[in-house]
Amino acid sequence: MKQDVFLCICFASVGYGENVDVTTKATAGFPSKSPLWSSNDDTAGTEADKTNPELFTLNYARIKIPFEITLWVLLASFAKIGFNVYHKITVWVPESCLLISLGFVVGGVMHAVRKEPPAVISSNVFFLYMLPPIILESGYFMPTRPFFENVGTVMWFAVVGTLWNTMGIGISLFAICQIEEFGVQDINLQENLLFAAILSAVEPVAVLSVFEDISINEQLYIVMFGECLFNDAVTVVLYNLFNHVAAMEVDEPAVIFMDIGGFFVVGLGGIFFGLLFGFLTAFTTRFTGKVREIEPLVIFMFSYMSYLIAELFALSSIMAILICTLSMKYYVEENVSQRSCTTIRHVIKMVGSVSETLIFFFLGVVSITTEHEWNWGYILFTLFFTLFWRFLGILVLTQIINPFRKIPFNFQDQFGLAYGGLRGALSFALAFTLPNSIPHRKLFITDTIAVIIFTVFIQGITIRPLLKLMNIRKTNRNLETINDEIHKRLMEHTVAGIEDLCGQWSHYRWKDMFMKFNNRFIRKILIRDNRPESSIVSLYKKLELRNALEILDTMSGDISAAPSLMSLYEERKNASKHKKFLPSDVENMHELLSKNMYKIRQRTVSYTNRHSLPNENIAKEILMRRHTTIRSSLRSGSFHATNSANTSHKFSSLPVGQSLNSGFPPGRFRHTGYIHVPPALAT
Amino acid sequence: MGSFQSLPDDHQYRTLSQKTGFSLEQIGILHNRFKQLSQNEDTLRRDDLKTIQDLESNPIRSQIIEAFFDKRNFQKDATGSVQEIGFEEFLTVMSYFRAPAHQITEEQREEIRRAKLRFLFNMHDTDNDGTITLEEYRHVVEELLSRSGALGRETAKGIADAAMLEVASITVGPMAPDEFYEGITFEQFLKILKGVEIETRMHIRFLNMDTTVLCK
Repeated sequence: MKQDVFLCICFASVGYGENVDVTTKATAGFPSKSPLWSSNDDTAGTEADKTNPELFTLNYARIKIPFEITLWVLLASFAKIGFNVYHKITVWVPESCLLISLGFVVGGVMHAVRKEPPAVISSNVFFLYMLPPIILESGYFMPTRPFFENVGTVMWFAVVGTLWNTMGIGISLFAICQIEEFGVQDINLQENLLFAAILSAVEPVAVLSVFEDISINEQLYIVMFGECLFNDAVTVVLYNLFNHVAAMEVDEPAVIFMDIGGFFVVGLGGIFFGLLFGFLTAFTTRFTGKVREIEPLVIFMFSYMSYLIAELFALSSIMAILICTLSMKYYVEENVSQRSCTTIRHVIKMVGSVSETLIFFFLGVVSITTEHEWNWGYILFTLFFTLFWRFLGILVLTQIINPFRKIPFNFQDQFGLAYGGLRGALSFALAFTLPNSIPHRKLFITDTIAVIIFTVFIQGITIRPLLKLMNIRKTNRNLETINDEIHKRLMEHTVAGIEDLCGQWSHYRWKDMFMKFNNRFIRKILIRDNRPESSIVSLYKKLELRNALEILDTMSGDISAAPSLMSLYEERKNASKHKKFLPSDVENMHELLSKNMYKIRQRTVSYTNRHSLPNENIAKEILMRRHTTIRSSLRSGSFHATNSANTSHKFSSLPVGQSLNSGFPPGRFRHTGYIHVPPALAT
Repeated sequence: MGSFQSLPDDHQYRTLSQKTGFSLEQIGILHNRFKQLSQNEDTLRRDDLKTIQDLESNPIRSQIIEAFFDKRNFQKDATGSVQEIGFEEFLTVMSYFRAPAHQITEEQREEIRRAKLRFLFNMHDTDNDGTITLEEYRHVVEELLSRSGALGRETAKGIADAAMLEVASITVGPMAPDEFYEGITFEQFLKILKGVEIETRMHIRFLNMDTTVLCK
């Protein structure tokens, strides 16, 4: 934390330095650097210039804004580095807590030197610059297939759940306001509803990282993820709605009805723009074959554009950017080069992560530096109602939707969902953008901050032990083997076939229909060189490509020795073939595999760790010490076809469950192993 | 909800219901579908199933149709295949895809899982010898990939071989020099698919709605 203290001091002294009338001198805690800054405020500098040209001038005003931004971002990055030094900390205390605490510290320092925090939480800055990256990141890394399988549940919880929470909290708080003792009788219903809308925005960051850590079952993960994401959209719409209503003097029911209708228009409009821009992006990437460098740029600009255009028409910009990302991802990843793909992912992760970090950080800072209005009754009841309505809501909603789900949620799942409803960045920002016309604005801000801090700290820290205690259902998706993939496909086709046969349809039919439509029309338009591909094949292609890159990466400088691309497509055909699976073959293959040791990676990213990129667990088990062995065995006759020799099927899979020390004698490569192809099948 | 004039063979339905676990209404609906497919005859033939339009585009169409005529799926411990089936057999095969009830014991769940996996196994094992050989597996993979056209048989072979290798390594482990790997037996099949959640993937939500009008 020393770096952080240093940076705090740096920043504070910077702020201190820019004041034109330097009244308070540096206090004792500051190191000797500050006199350098303090001696140069602008007026003194320019006067000195005129009389006495100096070799060394400081022109702070010019770089002020970029400098401050950079400094804050750097500070946030150092914080992240610092927290992850000792891994155990982030396991037990979610990173958001740590960031907020750090924010407290910095806020305290800034308060001491009476400096105002930067106006980051102003409406424009937050909604135009800080929120889009967060949504983009979440949308891009959302695992699409589980999402679409659960889309009904997700939307149910997001839309109806948010409405439930808002109405529930709003009305109960209004009831509380009527009690005289709390002294807040002047808060009318609209304001309460507005406040409740702010509070219903659920923040997934901390919870999702806990969920990943304990490998929670996929259904719960995806529902939580999706709910939080779409819930943001709904919250913003509700917020705008109630803001509008609260600002009006008279509340006419007719206007409220129109606004509720507007709710749907806004949502659907957002979806429309999202699809439009998603399509445009995918279409554009079809033509960027020759200019690979700008591919990431195209993606980012179009996504951001969808956000901005939706904002222009006062539609739901969050929905727009989400739908844009979801729809374009699949097509874009087929069109762009591998490098661009990696770049896109990296940049999205980076920007999203910085944004989030900054927001939590500012939460801490601002909590200390703003003026608070505290009201015990109101705040405590807010906390209570927030929890109460969330739990009740999840319970009721789950009961209703469970019959429609293939895997119903059990009690532990529901608890996880309910308890994981932390509040965070969006609530904070929305509270700050409350218009000044609302008399109890400060109370609302204080209250929001209190709820956020309570949920993030208390719930955030305790959720992990609680879930472990409750023995929540874990995922059993470990390593996806080829067999798994094949059989999943098989089962899907079987079920689809039987459904067609007996006329009982479920979502498989829609999926099938969509895939047909996709292959016939959409892919032709959007994808550069279009070949309909099975997922099994694309799994292998991606695997190969990465394997190849890995070999090149790790076998430093010795490219000539790299075994030719582990290709499943290459088959050295042989003369005598008949069908057998000799044990020596199997052993041979074991050796092959244990030498090369690649794991088949999952095709769909089921989890994305918030702090790392997906697919980072690349098997680093290429034993360097076997290079020479591989090289020599490659060069030896075993790979070259002789009459009795081998088909070298080079498989890229580590037999599941096998450890690397599979007990085979290293280095020897038997000639005798082969898989024979029955003459009837060989063409 | 469809309306049924009079449930034909009510007693027969009850026995069927007990045997397969469908509700009486569902049996009624499926019977309607059966009659629609078989053009109101008592038995169903392969050709009747082949006329279903939606099924045309399914890559494993032939295996699915074959599954209906495979005696092993009739739960009567017989093997071989038949040319035509009656409603009872139709329903029996359908019952493999029923959703398990919520409150069942672990053993029952395991049993259901075994039954479903047995169905799949039978789909693979076309020559009825109790094991899935390399050839049979390759055939399945080829069918699955047949729609993607581009890469064809070579890839399919490669993939099938890799898959077999996986199975071999998981189930058998290092083998003695004179052992001979026949193919995948049912127990091994169970083992390799341990990680996959069968209950949700292999079940059909049987609606209580008569959809015979809607399907072709």
